[in-house]
Amino acid sequence: MKDEQKTQQATNKLVKKLVVTVFLMFGFGFALIPLYDIFCDITGLNGKTSEVAASQSSFVDKTRTISVEFIARTQGNLPWIFKPEVKKMNVHPGEMHQLNFIVKNNSVSNMVVQAVPSVSPGIAAAYFNKIECFCFNQQPLERGTSADLGLQFYIDKDIPAEYSTVTLAYTLFDISENIEQDEFIKLFAANKN
Amino acid sequence: MSTKNLNADNHVEEHHGAPSGIMRWLLTTNHKDIGSLYLLFSLLMFFIGGAMAMVIRAELFQPGLQIVEPDFFNQMTTVHGLIMVFGAVMPAFVGLANWMVPMMIGAPDMALPRMNNWSFWILPFAFLILLMSLFMEGGGPNFGWTFYAPLSTTYSNDSTALFVFSVHIMGISSIMGAINVIVTIFNLRAPGMTFMKMPLFVWTWLITAFLLIAVMPVLAGAVTMVLTDKYFATSFFNAAGGGDPVMFQHIFWFFGHPEVYIMILPAFGIISQIVPTFSRKKLFGYSSMVYATASIALLSFLVWAHHMFTTGMPLAGELFFMYCTMLISVPTGVKIFNWVATMWRGSLTFEVPMMFSIAFIVLFTIGGFSGLMLAITPADFQYHDTYFVVAHFHYVLVTGAIFSIMAGAYYWLPKWTGNMFDEKLAKTHFWLSLVSVNVLFFPMHFVGLAGMPRRIPDYALQFADFNAVISIGGFAFGLSQLLFVAVVYKCIKGGEKATAQVWEGAEGLEWEVPSPAPYHTFETPPTIK
Repeated sequence: MKDEQKTQQATNKLVKKLVVTVFLMFGFGFALIPLYDIFCDITGLNGKTSEVAASQSSFVDKTRTISVEFIARTQGNLPWIFKPEVKKMNVHPGEMHQLNFIVKNNSVSNMVVQAVPSVSPGIAAAYFNKIECFCFNQQPLERGTSADLGLQFYIDKDIPAEYSTVTLAYTLFDISENIEQDEFIKLFAANKN
Repeated sequence: MSTKNLNADNHVEEHHGAPSGIMRWLLTTNHKDIGSLYLLFSLLMFFIGGAMAMVIRAELFQPGLQIVEPDFFNQMTTVHGLIMVFGAVMPAFVGLANWMVPMMIGAPDMALPRMNNWSFWILPFAFLILLMSLFMEGGGPNFGWTFYAPLSTTYSNDSTALFVFSVHIMGISSIMGAINVIVTIFNLRAPGMTFMKMPLFVWTWLITAFLLIAVMPVLAGAVTMVLTDKYFATSFFNAAGGGDPVMFQHIFWFFGHPEVYIMILPAFGIISQIVPTFSRKKLFGYSSMVYATASIALLSFLVWAHHMFTTGMPLAGELFFMYCTMLISVPTGVKIFNWVATMWRGSLTFEVPMMFSIAFIVLFTIGGFSGLMLAITPADFQYHDTYFVVAHFHYVLVTGAIFSIMAGAYYWLPKWTGNMFDEKLAKTHFWLSLVSVNVLFFPMHFVGLAGMPRRIPDYALQFADFNAVISIGGFAFGLSQLLFVAVVYKCIKGGEKATAQVWEGAEGLEWEVPSPAPYHTFETPPTIK
């Protein structure tokens, strides 16, 4: 009898531990999302550029030239035109550059879009400094109108020697449906001023 | 002894007014009943999933679209995968664990019998939901069993919600089953049954159960994220909202790779029981088998990204995952060589379980080698998403997992039913399966290397001949499995009476109880010398 009680106690204890493990692992699945971001942040993988504006560079390395390519695309069936002014630029590390991306809303409704940047090769993303970028903000655009979206950037002087070409790709996402109605109106009002 | 035990049981049942008929099966907490339920359920699912494979092979018999719409074809590949993984292979192993683990360690039953009942009886509902989703407007899930985002989020229809709930239920069932196995093995071993005396089937299942507890919750998390991304405007996998679709693949394969070992480790256990019996020798390298199993399980957490070589990983990452993947072939090789060494100079006989086991060893090794080829990163860019991958995982899952389940079923069938099965019919089943399974899957290597992509209802003309051969192999393999049902049915109905030991060389506690195993075994624990 005593043995049975002991087994029962051991069973209850083990079951509790295992159930806790199950919940911890369920949480771990979700924790993978921030962990993945932190991992990519530290290692610089994934080609994510910084989401905050960089300060200007004071030094220009004239001895090196890096070719920067621009790709602009829209996601899904978004009826927008989205393209860079120039497809390619040769820049010196540290040198400031500016270019516009042209967008046109060809749809029949007012829309808000968000551009998501990605740099390839991934490691080079950490050396791609944006002083001003339309991708920092959501971009409202009335139907049938077009706009020039500005980008100011420089390549960090510390970029490793093996990178001679860097590609910056923007993907334009329609986020109109993800935005609350009053927020939506506010964005367009602010745009008019 | 047998009759005495049975009479005692009947007596008890009369006293408690134990339910009969269908209620006996609905309310049962007996590990043998639940084991049988699991096994029969998985057999049913094997045929439902198999019927879907027949649809796939019928469509691919000739180039061009003839029988089904491409969207329905995609639903077939998706649901075939889901049913075979979660409905056929996993419940079959859980059923074998339910039947055999308590008997092998000298326990009277599973440690948590009521939970055991639950973990089985929620399963039929999970699959009912999944199968019913096929009849919804717009059809069932069509994004592949891997349900990659954004296919399962942005581009899927509303059956996704049903898919998610059914995967949740399957997950809960597996987790409950795994908890039960661990608690039983930890607490209910007979006195003297130390960990290093446990039969290997028990060992492999213990490790499998830990894998299940570690990764099934992650799968539950992944499907939950898909659900909220689709219906509640979260952006886990949606780049427009700051998420990342590649993240999905990382989370999925963090579950998915250990999952493939969940489907093969118990198979290793079964083979490690059968090979010594028919070699009439002790298993060669018992402790190395245990350590090999444990190291495969640990390594399985470090290789998930080998499914994602083409997603644009940095070189260092690709090399890391490539070497870790190749490392797994070391403990797996230890196992293969141990089985061969067990057979070496043994007095071999070739009964049906042994025939399936030897076929397993040879054909699983072929699957292992194609796995090694896929692990080579630069080569994988060529093989990725082609029929070569399909050939690889069907060799490890059909001639691996399924063959081991067949071997186990034939091995223990006399113990379960008390009757020997029809050996001639069983041998016919074996030879037909062996030939047809190779006609079915071996040419897939060739069409894959030649560039035929997977998951498509149509293909380029140059693949036509091979695909016709593959389809014929497929139909033959599918039909051959009906023989298995015939053997099992005949064996339940009657046949030559089996002895307690059943097989001449069989050793272990399960062979010390009479055949058929009485309803209650080891109510007083046996002593292990």
